[in-house]
Amino acid sequence: MTLQFNDETFRDDYSFHNSERAIKRFPFPFDKDSYMYAVNMEQHRGGPSDSIYEKRFDVDEHYVSEMRDRAMVLADDPLRCQSLPHMTLAGWDLLELIMVSKSEDYPDLFELHRDGDKWHWVNKPLGIDDHFTFMDGTTLPYGPMEYITRQTQGDFCVLDQRDDNLWMDAGTITTQADWSLDFDIGMNFFEWHAPVPLAHEKGIFVRALKFLLNIQQGAPARRLNWTMTVNPLLDTSPENYHKWGIQKTSLTPENIGAKQHLRVELQTFFRLPRSNALVFPIRCYLCAFQDLMTVPKWGRRLHRVIRDLPEELATYKGFIDNRPMMLDYLSKFDDGLPTSNGIWPEIDSEPPLKSD
Amino acid sequence: MPKFEFPTSILSRPVYGVLEARAGHQHLMIADAEGAEAILDIATPDLMAKTHIIYIPKGTDFADELRALNPAQFYQGPSYAASVSRIQRVLQDAAMGLQLYLAGTEGLMGQVQSEAMKAGIPHTAIQTEHRGSTARRMQCVHCKGITEDVATDPFQCSHCNLNLFVRDHYSRRIAAYQAVCIDAEDPGYVPAQKGLYE
Repeated sequence: MTLQFNDETFRDDYSFHNSERAIKRFPFPFDKDSYMYAVNMEQHRGGPSDSIYEKRFDVDEHYVSEMRDRAMVLADDPLRCQSLPHMTLAGWDLLELIMVSKSEDYPDLFELHRDGDKWHWVNKPLGIDDHFTFMDGTTLPYGPMEYITRQTQGDFCVLDQRDDNLWMDAGTITTQADWSLDFDIGMNFFEWHAPVPLAHEKGIFVRALKFLLNIQQGAPARRLNWTMTVNPLLDTSPENYHKWGIQKTSLTPENIGAKQHLRVELQTFFRLPRSNALVFPIRCYLCAFQDLMTVPKWGRRLHRVIRDLPEELATYKGFIDNRPMMLDYLSKFDDGLPTSNGIWPEIDSEPPLKSD
Repeated sequence: MPKFEFPTSILSRPVYGVLEARAGHQHLMIADAEGAEAILDIATPDLMAKTHIIYIPKGTDFADELRALNPAQFYQGPSYAASVSRIQRVLQDAAMGLQLYLAGTEGLMGQVQSEAMKAGIPHTAIQTEHRGSTARRMQCVHCKGITEDVATDPFQCSHCNLNLFVRDHYSRRIAAYQAVCIDAEDPGYVPAQKGLYE
């Protein structure tokens, strides 16, 4: 199918919207009616046709507008993209991985022609047609990591591996769930996760690190994570929290269906060949409550998950104050019927909402 | 002054030990204020003969006691900012096996540690001992400005004037804790200041 790219904004007038197709393929993150941290890793080897899992780097209707938003964030604050000096090689690895993947997975949108180290990259949606020399930074307008991540949806953490740990030594982070690359750069896996409640005690990070240290080339992995965002704001950064935090107080029973968004991160993990770094893309998908509620299974489940979530997690994810209003809204979409296992919408097999 | 026991916290928060004399040909001890006492506790004539002390009194009067230890080299700086280029120069010359000892406030230890890391010394090889003030070096996550010696929570950013709360999340690279706007969701509502650890 030919992708139609939305012309939309993730700030100010918030014209962001999901098509019916985008709603159906939204990565609903709850596979059962409750949620607790887990090392929920699986192989990233494709998935159902047209699902967000199908391609290595999913390109969707928001692509062009998201890249425009990223350029605005970086213009305002260049510190959102940083690479410590030893990470340049990993940047080239990442550029190669994305160019090869996208040109193979979306040949109608992206082309890569290679003649030795003379490369020709064509990005049709963004109107880019560049010739450059692979591994020669002077032939690109930005460093290799910045160049390619300005053309790829999702945040990118590039992790160095040494001393049996992973180190946040480079990244492009403009669509983050309230964490600062500029502050966390140079930290190890346990340090940058230090503020997360409960998960350390459950041994989650020790096990996750073991898994990640052993990811091999050609065998990427993935998991979903989630939080809540009022308005479809991609840049929920701590840097700008004093500007966007107030929006959390703008919810009313009338506007909550349109304003409250479930924010889901598709996190993937790829080993990079030359640097042995691990790249950790964090792709953000947003969906308004009212769009989620068009899927009866998701309506039932989201109510139960949010209702039963431990207080620490609702606080950490920043919606403890709005939870009562969310539950008032969501409870209307929960008729008490059982739900099927798994994250998929199951539109055809799940019963419609019972009205009483 | 009795030693302050920091409460257990998150994994990015530094923990400090107690200095001990280690074997080595070259010893660099950098301290501020009451950090002098940690040096005095481990000083022996033998150790001092191989030691370079860099000391910032911060209004205390331990300098004469340190000088009386007769270290191989002694420098008293009026402030960290005035001393940092000297510290960088000394670290540049550090030979393999240099023993680095830091003592005093978190701000001093953190900043020297960050310089030492830039000079190629792994942070795990540096000894630290906290003495004296528990005030923190804070970075405003919004404007990136550093406010030194923050003793209360919340506090006002000395650069952008936002009201900030004090987190335990710490960056070794920046040598500061993270400070975040406290009234973003309720502008103007700033809770009363409390001392840290109160």
